[in-house]
Amino acid sequence: MSTANITEAPEIRTRRIPWSEMAPFIALAIILVLGATLNSNFLSSNNLLNVITRSSFIAIIAVGATFIIASGGLDLSVGSMMAFVTGIMILSMNALVPVLGNWAILGGAGVALVVGALCGLFNGLIITVGRIEPFIVTLGTMGIFRAFIIFLSDGGSLPIDRSLRAAYRPVYFGDFMGVPYPVLMTLVVIVFGAFLLYRTKFGRRVTASGSNEDVARFSGVHVGRIRTTTYVIQGVCVGIAAICYVPRLGAATPTTGQLWELQVITAVVIGGTLLRGGKARIWGSVAGALILEVIANVMVLSDLVSEYLVAAVQGAIIIIAMLAHRFTNAR
Amino acid sequence: MTELTSKSDSSDGIDTPTALRAEGLAKAYGSITVLSDVTLDIRAGEVHAVIGENGAGKSTLMKILSGHTAPTGGHLLMEGRRSDFADAIQAEAAGVVLVHQEILLASDLTVAQNLFLGRELTRGLMVDDRAMNRRTAEVLTSVGSIAHPTDRVGDHSLAQQQLFQIARALLDDRKVVILDEPTAMLANDEVAALIDIVRKLRDRGVAVLYISHRLEEVEALADRVTVLRDGKMIGTWPAANLDQRQMAELMVGRELSMLYPAKREVASEPPILEVTNLSVDQGKVEGSFAVRRGEILGIGGMIGAGRTELMEGLMGLRPSHAKSVILNGKQITLFHVDKLMQAGLVYLTEDRKGKGLLLNEPLAPNLTLQALDTVSPGMTLNRDKENEALKQAVQDYDIRVPSLTMAAGKLSGGNQQKLLLAKIMLDDPSVIIIDEPTRGIDIGNKSQIYKFIDTLVRAGKACVVISSELPELVGLSDRVLVMRGGRFVAELSGAQITEQNIVYAAASNGQDIEEKKTA
Repeated sequence: MSTANITEAPEIRTRRIPWSEMAPFIALAIILVLGATLNSNFLSSNNLLNVITRSSFIAIIAVGATFIIASGGLDLSVGSMMAFVTGIMILSMNALVPVLGNWAILGGAGVALVVGALCGLFNGLIITVGRIEPFIVTLGTMGIFRAFIIFLSDGGSLPIDRSLRAAYRPVYFGDFMGVPYPVLMTLVVIVFGAFLLYRTKFGRRVTASGSNEDVARFSGVHVGRIRTTTYVIQGVCVGIAAICYVPRLGAATPTTGQLWELQVITAVVIGGTLLRGGKARIWGSVAGALILEVIANVMVLSDLVSEYLVAAVQGAIIIIAMLAHRFTNAR
Repeated sequence: MTELTSKSDSSDGIDTPTALRAEGLAKAYGSITVLSDVTLDIRAGEVHAVIGENGAGKSTLMKILSGHTAPTGGHLLMEGRRSDFADAIQAEAAGVVLVHQEILLASDLTVAQNLFLGRELTRGLMVDDRAMNRRTAEVLTSVGSIAHPTDRVGDHSLAQQQLFQIARALLDDRKVVILDEPTAMLANDEVAALIDIVRKLRDRGVAVLYISHRLEEVEALADRVTVLRDGKMIGTWPAANLDQRQMAELMVGRELSMLYPAKREVASEPPILEVTNLSVDQGKVEGSFAVRRGEILGIGGMIGAGRTELMEGLMGLRPSHAKSVILNGKQITLFHVDKLMQAGLVYLTEDRKGKGLLLNEPLAPNLTLQALDTVSPGMTLNRDKENEALKQAVQDYDIRVPSLTMAAGKLSGGNQQKLLLAKIMLDDPSVIIIDEPTRGIDIGNKSQIYKFIDTLVRAGKACVVISSELPELVGLSDRVLVMRGGRFVAELSGAQITEQNIVYAAASNGQDIEEKKTA
């Protein structure tokens, strides 16, 4: 009766090294080593900081996307939403300048967060109250938000008021003790996201809803509310990304954030979050975002492959990541 | 070989040749042996039942016999010739087929499309739908299904779908048919129909291996019975030599103490839960009922009578409204699992895997999912308290776990059920509704769950038990309500609670049944 003996003292065992959870970080390390061997400039602090800073937008949005995907949803509209939020933010900053001067930046940032949250709420409510597939809903809003930014910018560029440029510029280009502000912002978002997902009841309910909606419902979880909240979180993340993004180019254009939704989903999925929901890896998503950006950088710095093929390599990565995942779990 | 193995070769009067023989089969996963030294033969034209508690090694044996798993020891002989199946396809080619317990059908395809899935008949480049539909119709008739070949599978009941699976297995001529718990999903009248089909198969000379928890079926159907316990073979006996109690004792390996706890005295105080005119799914299911402290109220009826729907409606899991629901003297206005739990009412689903547990998640998150606000009152999770709650639940409900961090899906059915029970009891509710408390679990766990229910009720809680197993309903209930066609049709108490009365109320149709009886 071996089972009886075992049950007498069931211990909370320390887990073995979870290789499958480490995979994205190992992959990132390998790419870093590869980059270092291919080009000696790669590891210069200037280049690395640059790469990390550029990856911060995708990373911030990917944190929000991790919540949505873990709860069993999907958001294809983040790229367009980003452009739309950027446009509204610039318009409100420009409108506020005469009254508030440089404080218009803060006002505009507040507007960005609110508009982002509202866009997310809109997606979430249609999906949960209207009971429509997230894929369809966000495919629709992807088109809507994109059209709005084209309309707002008249098909051209929507620049930020000249008087704000100098004051706003450091938000992207400045640093605190050597760490660029966007990177600091990303860290804050990650830590907050990880806390929310792993340490709170809300996070537990997010993964439960994605793992099995029926079980969650039968256990009294308000699945609709939880899912709607994840879209709002995504919207706020898009708002934060927009705030960090605008000073980089100083304008919103019809191509702002184009195809970001694909990069975001790629980052989340190669980070180890299950696309069908139920398992969430915030730090993995961030590693995913870094992998995408570092690979692009390595390709630009080295002459092995044309940088025009960056998207092809990124596309190949998501497929390879999924295959690797399949084989490590197939045993 | 264990010395318990009985002489079974000539004494049972079956002289037909052996279709499939297993010699010294063993299976180990690493250091864990799940099956050792199993020798049995299945003869043409016999129904050979394999019984054993969950974890006894039945499913492993089935998987080896049907080529789904390779043994780590021993071998198979097909009609006397050594044949080790590399996979299920080879086994099927040799004439051995396994009908799974779970429904593995594409619900959006037609019956014929499902039956011929992966081996479609063709004429040139085109699929030959006409031929497939014709052949399907023949097979469906032979298994007694009323379905049409072009019906969508998902439009049929689980019982019919189970028949489709059997029909699929019988499309080609088979020498050995292995049925794994074929009646787990079926109600009593459907079970009878299935038993008929199995008998017909046997009469055609097919060797049938029959795995079931329901001993009355085994007694009614089997020619010989093989008992497994803890991965070892206890022996094979002619079915005529064993009654149900003996089978149960061989499975458990000890004398069965009384399976059902003694009935309780229910004090005649006002009910703790009183539901009046509850209407679910736009009136498809309606009912009023009440339950007192210290009482077990049984709800009987055929599968599909609306029992589960009524309770899911009460919990707000389906569209519903009620004239009044009074719980602990308080009127309930909003039906939601969360709110009702706070008021002291919980529901344990019949669908353990689909609606009860997060199979990929560890035990602690499963245990605390419903009562999360009690275990962690603040915004953040209290992991220490969760682990404490798990250790307590493992002890209180005797959940057998090799590790506290394992995924819930890795537990056996009985232990999953105990975990679910612990989960809904975590917030200390006063009224507990349990839908099919022991579906698909073995006798040892069954008896334990009955004891848990009895203890809860004796502690002053009230319990509503929905069950399709009549002995269970009779053995547990202080009062039984029977549902038919979405309405309660009978109330039985005391000595009136018998299997006959429940079946009569569940199946009869007023005057109809009288006519049928006289006819």
